[in-house]
Amino acid sequence: MITKDKGIIAIVAVVVLVAVLSVINSNTQKSEADNGKPLSIQSWQSEHGAKVMYVHAPQLPMVDIRLVFDAGSARDGKLPGLAMMTNAMLDLGAGEWSTDTIAERFDSVGAQFSNDSLKDMAIFSLRSLTEPDLLNEAITTLNTILVKPKFIESELQRTRQQVLINLRNQEQSMSTIASKTFYQALYPEHAYGSPVMGTVDSINAITRDDLIKFYKKYYVASNAVVAIVGDLDKAEAEEQVAQILKGLPEGEAAEKLLEAQPLNEAKRIHKAHPSSQTHVLIGQPGMKRGDEDYLALYVGNHILGGSGFGSRIVEEIREKRGLAYSSYSYFSPMRVNGPFILGLQTGNGNTQQALTILDEVLREFIDKGPTEEELQHARKNITGGFALKVDSNKDIIGYLGMIGFYNLPLDYLATFNERVEAITLEQIHDAFKRRINPDKLVTVTVGTK
Amino acid sequence: MKKLNKLSIWGKIIGVGLALSVSQHALAQVHEFKLENGMKVLVKEDHRAPVVVSQIWYKVGAGYEHNGITGVSHVLEHMMFKGTPKHPAGEFSRIIAEHGGRENAFTSRDYTAYFQQLEKSRLPISFEMEADRMRNLTLPEDQFKKELDVVKEERRMRYEDKPRSLTHEQFIATAFTSSPYQHPIIGWMNDLDNMQVEDLSDWYQRWYAPNNATLVVVGDVKADEVFELANKYFAVIPAGKVAISKPRLDAPQRGQRRITVSVPAKLPYLVMGYKVPVLKTAAEEWEPYALEVLAGILSGTNSSRFPKRLVRGQQIAAGVDVGYNPYSMHDDLFTIDATPVGDHSVAEIEKAINAQLKLIKEEKVSKAELDRIKAQVVASKVYEKDSVFYQAMQMGTLETVGLGWQRMDEYSAKVKQITSEQIQQVAKKYLLADQLTVAILDPLPLETKPRKKILNIKH
Repeated sequence: MITKDKGIIAIVAVVVLVAVLSVINSNTQKSEADNGKPLSIQSWQSEHGAKVMYVHAPQLPMVDIRLVFDAGSARDGKLPGLAMMTNAMLDLGAGEWSTDTIAERFDSVGAQFSNDSLKDMAIFSLRSLTEPDLLNEAITTLNTILVKPKFIESELQRTRQQVLINLRNQEQSMSTIASKTFYQALYPEHAYGSPVMGTVDSINAITRDDLIKFYKKYYVASNAVVAIVGDLDKAEAEEQVAQILKGLPEGEAAEKLLEAQPLNEAKRIHKAHPSSQTHVLIGQPGMKRGDEDYLALYVGNHILGGSGFGSRIVEEIREKRGLAYSSYSYFSPMRVNGPFILGLQTGNGNTQQALTILDEVLREFIDKGPTEEELQHARKNITGGFALKVDSNKDIIGYLGMIGFYNLPLDYLATFNERVEAITLEQIHDAFKRRINPDKLVTVTVGTK
Repeated sequence: MKKLNKLSIWGKIIGVGLALSVSQHALAQVHEFKLENGMKVLVKEDHRAPVVVSQIWYKVGAGYEHNGITGVSHVLEHMMFKGTPKHPAGEFSRIIAEHGGRENAFTSRDYTAYFQQLEKSRLPISFEMEADRMRNLTLPEDQFKKELDVVKEERRMRYEDKPRSLTHEQFIATAFTSSPYQHPIIGWMNDLDNMQVEDLSDWYQRWYAPNNATLVVVGDVKADEVFELANKYFAVIPAGKVAISKPRLDAPQRGQRRITVSVPAKLPYLVMGYKVPVLKTAAEEWEPYALEVLAGILSGTNSSRFPKRLVRGQQIAAGVDVGYNPYSMHDDLFTIDATPVGDHSVAEIEKAINAQLKLIKEEKVSKAELDRIKAQVVASKVYEKDSVFYQAMQMGTLETVGLGWQRMDEYSAKVKQITSEQIQQVAKKYLLADQLTVAILDPLPLETKPRKKILNIKH
């Protein structure tokens, strides 16, 4: 088999070495990667109407599976935290198995299972080896969690206590205080304003029946996307997806979310907190996934504050003045307009100066747009770095879940670079002028005045 | 077993029920070279995607520092982006960005490393710049002043306003006496306040030399071509005079240490730590692996003992985590940290943890538990190949702490050899009350503002 290369010390051996190495390489390093070929995404409907997104990645004997339900906190209704609690309870007892047994079943086959709850999405992730005995056990466990959760009353009580501790933990985290305050101010009438983790009152109020009702309505095939990346051919992938979803009712897709309304006026909110720094978040509702201005805003923001060193915000805040370690801007596109955010943390005494600079930088950018040189630089950075965005199964499964969930075209990744190349200065300038109003921003500060 | 031909590149996974094993053939090749000036070059070909990661590792970090200049390795890391005569401040980052690259750097106790992730054809750009800043850093005074402010903001963000991070910092400073691990990587605020640019230039001259560096490249490259490139850019740099570090053993601990950290917070918190050996220092090589397995038995996955017994069973903790790093350079800590749930106190959790540790010492862990850990380890060896960056990290770490990258490939085999008896032995030998340090976060109300007085934070 593979001969391990010896440590080679002398430089004079280069010529000989090259010959030796190339022999070894040709024998052992047969690349099966689809180098140069665009990522080929296939999609189909499962038997009961779930959308399946698939990429064949045969290089490693492993598979990543991600289930995404339209069952995030945007579906909480009158009980903030209901979506998160439902998501968290699914693997705490299902079918014949206790929480402990489920944990042992995943661990004993080397599988990694996790769940997560966001504003739009409820997510279940499984990573497993593809060796059939191991994979089948992991898939059976996943299927049972999905279709036969027991919502055991004692586990609900325990989870409730855990969440209450998490809520108290959030009260000692300045970044979380800032973020929760920011979303509430940005979306006063919209579900996005409600905290994913819920509130003390709502968490105490949630009953087992609430969980079951939520589960039955949203955890259905028509409301699901299954993404799968790994060493399974298409037939095998189809078979595994069928196993995962076996017994999941067809149901209905979640109702359309209300649009997020733009802000009527600027808001300034300060939360007092004993601290050495002040955390700053500024923004307003921005854009949605599939937005017609998506790329213009994305490329523009890259220049404004989305690309670290070299972006205007980092130059002005950090490089010229040393005011903050972290400063940035970004759009968080969601089902409906997610936030546009500018943020930083700075020593308490510098807060006003930092706020003034952020305001000036943003206004100037909206007023005049980027320069041709900045646009050229951004294009090169984004397109030149594309290969890095999809260089692992972990990256690809994330994209598949997102593309499937937001109904983006299957060639979203394949055409990404050419669409970025096509963005003009005028489009960026125009999009920022239309979409961002610097007179109607929410400004949240958390810290000691 | 399926698709043997395909697996043979990465390793054979032989599945027999739950007994997993990866054959020695799992070991993807690492090509090792040494330039005439003493710089080591490690290359691992990984052709899954047309990308490459390049990391340059220097044998210097917070663990090389002494009081008065704590944090100097990290501040210097920041200043490495502030230019040379050929590439003025910010130019490194601009060039990498223009090529679609990602770049950054990290400082640890045992190393300082700089990296670029690029589309595969752009590797020479990374080498050219790293070769330039290995010797030609300008360290301008005005840039230094601003960057020091940035680092202080970083310290405030990561530590000063985070009650648990502050507790950890105090805990570490208490557990160690003369070990260089005693101070924080980012440095004490007082040392940052008084840091001079000369401290940095001294540090730079002392440690940044090819014979104190390892270049690690992983990705869709050919080892021989990387070697030629490395030779082209780095071989011209003359070897430097690198000081040999003196041993810096921690003074023996004479009994249990216990502190209270009083800062504004909402939740109490407990950190415990026992002095333990690591691979670099252990007299018996199996001991660190046994400690590693013990950490997995106690915490690590959802079926481990702490989540199962303390979080779900007794329901006294919101979480209990174990930390152990077998790849540290000096003797380190086996840590356990926990947050109580409901009305339970920190004292109750500590008692419950101690009861679990006693059980480990008295009764052998079950075969099922041991098998689960091993199954996870074997699978992880496959999963980690999904990240070229992680593979490079492992090679760089092992080489830089002086263990050699070969240890990376031994890991699963060594872990699989660990027996229940050995786990019991390390628990009995090292989890001793008089080698324990305990820190308890006792929250002050968040509503008042006593913080400035207590911490004496300067602005």
